Amino acid sequence: MNATIIDAINDALHAEMRNDDRTLVFGQDVAESGGVFRATDGLLAAFGSDRVLDTPLSEIAIVGSAVGLATHGFRPIAEIQFSGFLPPAFDQLVTNASRIRWRTRGELTAPMVVRTPYGAGVRALEHHSESLEGAYGHVPGLTVAIPSTPHDAKGMLISAIRDPDPVLFMEPKHVYRSLREDIPEGAYTEPLGEAAIRREGDDVTVVSWGAMMHKTLEAVDNLDGVDAEVIDLRTISPLDRETITESVRKTGRCVVVHEAAKTGGFAGELVATINDEVLLYLEAPIERVTGFDIPVPLLSMEDYYVPHPPRIEEAITKTVSY
Amino acid sequence: MDDSPRTVPPAAADIGVDPLSQGDLEIETYRVVRSDGSFDAERVPDLDDEAFRDLYRWMLLQRIYDERATKLQRRGRLGTIASGHGQEASIIGSGYALSRDDWIFPYGREAGALLLHGLSMRDLLLYWRGVEDASRMEGANVFGMAISIGSHIPLATGKAWGLELDGEDAIAFANLGDGATSTGAFHEGLNFAGVLGVPAVFFCQNNQYAISLPFDEQTNAETVAQKALAYGVDGIRVDGNDVLAVYNAVSTARERALEGAPVLVEAVTYRRSAHTTSDDPTRYRSGDEVDEWEERDPLARYRAFLERTGRWDAIDEDTIREEVEAEFDEAVDAADAVEERGIDELFAYLHEEMPPELERQLEELRDLLEERPDMYEFIEQRPKG
Ligand SMILES: Cc1ncc(C[n+]2csc(CCOP(=O)(O)OP(=O)(O)O)c2C)c(N)n1
Ligand SMILES: [Mg+2]
Repeated sequence: MNATIIDAINDALHAEMRNDDRTLVFGQDVAESGGVFRATDGLLAAFGSDRVLDTPLSEIAIVGSAVGLATHGFRPIAEIQFSGFLPPAFDQLVTNASRIRWRTRGELTAPMVVRTPYGAGVRALEHHSESLEGAYGHVPGLTVAIPSTPHDAKGMLISAIRDPDPVLFMEPKHVYRSLREDIPEGAYTEPLGEAAIRREGDDVTVVSWGAMMHKTLEAVDNLDGVDAEVIDLRTISPLDRETITESVRKTGRCVVVHEAAKTGGFAGELVATINDEVLLYLEAPIERVTGFDIPVPLLSMEDYYVPHPPRIEEAITKTVSY
Repeated sequence: MDDSPRTVPPAAADIGVDPLSQGDLEIETYRVVRSDGSFDAERVPDLDDEAFRDLYRWMLLQRIYDERATKLQRRGRLGTIASGHGQEASIIGSGYALSRDDWIFPYGREAGALLLHGLSMRDLLLYWRGVEDASRMEGANVFGMAISIGSHIPLATGKAWGLELDGEDAIAFANLGDGATSTGAFHEGLNFAGVLGVPAVFFCQNNQYAISLPFDEQTNAETVAQKALAYGVDGIRVDGNDVLAVYNAVSTARERALEGAPVLVEAVTYRRSAHTTSDDPTRYRSGDEVDEWEERDPLARYRAFLERTGRWDAIDEDTIREEVEAEFDEAVDAADAVEERGIDELFAYLHEEMPPELERQLEELRDLLEERPDMYEFIEQRPKG
């Protein structure tokens, strides 16, 4: 089928709800109205109100009860309407979801998914635009996955649902509907923890994920005479060190692009990983193109915050001509 | 060897355990004016004719503001907005009962109350245009909008604590919806307010929905007001489409709060518009239900009261309407006239003094915009007022 990311997510949910009757979908406005972005449209009609539920306005209870259900052998797929409202439930992710297997020595597990749209660029209100994947990626035991294409959105979401441990599935809402591609019918999986090479090249490795992936590809297309290798990280944690280090070993140069603020952002971890493993192959300092160390501005100025292609192009050019 | 029983026998009925249940409570919904305009004379607040007229004027202003702002949004000149259509009596009745020294913690639907409190309409429009500068809420004791639902409730508790410690004659007044009562922040904030005995009023407009979720699915509690009892604070349930009832309820709550008893007020009303300009309510509720509530229109009810008490003749609705429309036009013009904002705005105010790294990042953005003017192709929305 020809699908946008939102169609692909919807399709994945239908497929897994059909495949496994221990799955449940719940969150704010997901049932009756099909989700504020329509990601869960049609699920209530197809699977009924025992398995598709609207919840109260309680992020803590949504994530916390997902952990409880999961320990009882269910496969909860919870939605947090915007990732800006996940912080109250951060406690449940840190205190319970991520470590339940560890602290019960494997007696209890939490095979659950928390889906949440993230990122700027849709002219929403305050707290609707953040990118905190670095913070979530810092929690041991929590898988953090970010698809950037319809194909991956479906395949990775199905992997997340089938995963034996908790997955935070962050969806780049800025590109929810702006790209289409043909994706397979029925269930298929794309692995978590594996980056994808979007474009092969020899001059420089450019790593990105989510909505920034597309800005990165645009920037690379604009640059004549630069043979860039573009890597879509796809999973923040666990990190696919091998794909990155292998590419940098080949190119000797690297640029990391993310929308989140710079300081403490995930690019830092990538730089450290490259230093650990392939420092002596580097021919130039690694560049980071990121959001600034400020909250995402309100809508009239949010475009200034987002790393657009010209910024990415400048960084690539600087790295290549170092 | 563990010999505890593997099965538990059912509890016998006659052992005298009688659970406390919400059915034991009798909760009155306070009302002054009935839907036909008849009223309880003893409950009519002691206001002068000008104040009675004012209440009508402000409700009409709220309605016109919402209509006009929605139109502006449709033309792309505001971001997402949330209308108070149908909730005018709750918004204005509560706002009118506050002193300018009180602090309002808004969450987005209460334009009229904020304007009453001294905020300029220009700034309110600028806020919904996403202009950072307007978030100051200049000239009015108004906190930032609690877009993260419920997040402001403990804040109001803390502000009230401060007011009390300083012996000020003012309260913290938190506006919230029925959905907010399901957040952890609500429970913690209310409980702590009760423990401290601070001058805070928590004003919940129960408009029957949190986006698509009807109130009876938001909570198994029959009312919001009863939740107050769990924290040992007072609760009032009031007809939120009766402006005089809301005014009395909030005036009373305010007095109680100043005496050290925080109060949770539930105003029972209805959101007749979509949740926001990005919502389609036909997906989750029937037109009949909306029609039913239209018959309980707060302006019509208050007008009926004014007519019955001979006050309507002195009110020239057309003139008020014209005045309000003109006020709105002026506010839009003033917002349009605000100068374009510079990128310094983005980096300012995060710290009292900008750390060197942030200064460096600002410099970097400045240079980039100069060297790569094609950046502006990606910046559709300029920070103009
Ligand atoms: C913590 C949090 N979760 C979710 C949302 C998304 N959201 C915005 S408004 C809303 C419903 C609010 O309902 P209610 O509190 O009843 O206020 P109303 O809009 O009805 O006035 C939701 C779920 C949010 N803004 N904040
Ligand atoms: Mg509500």
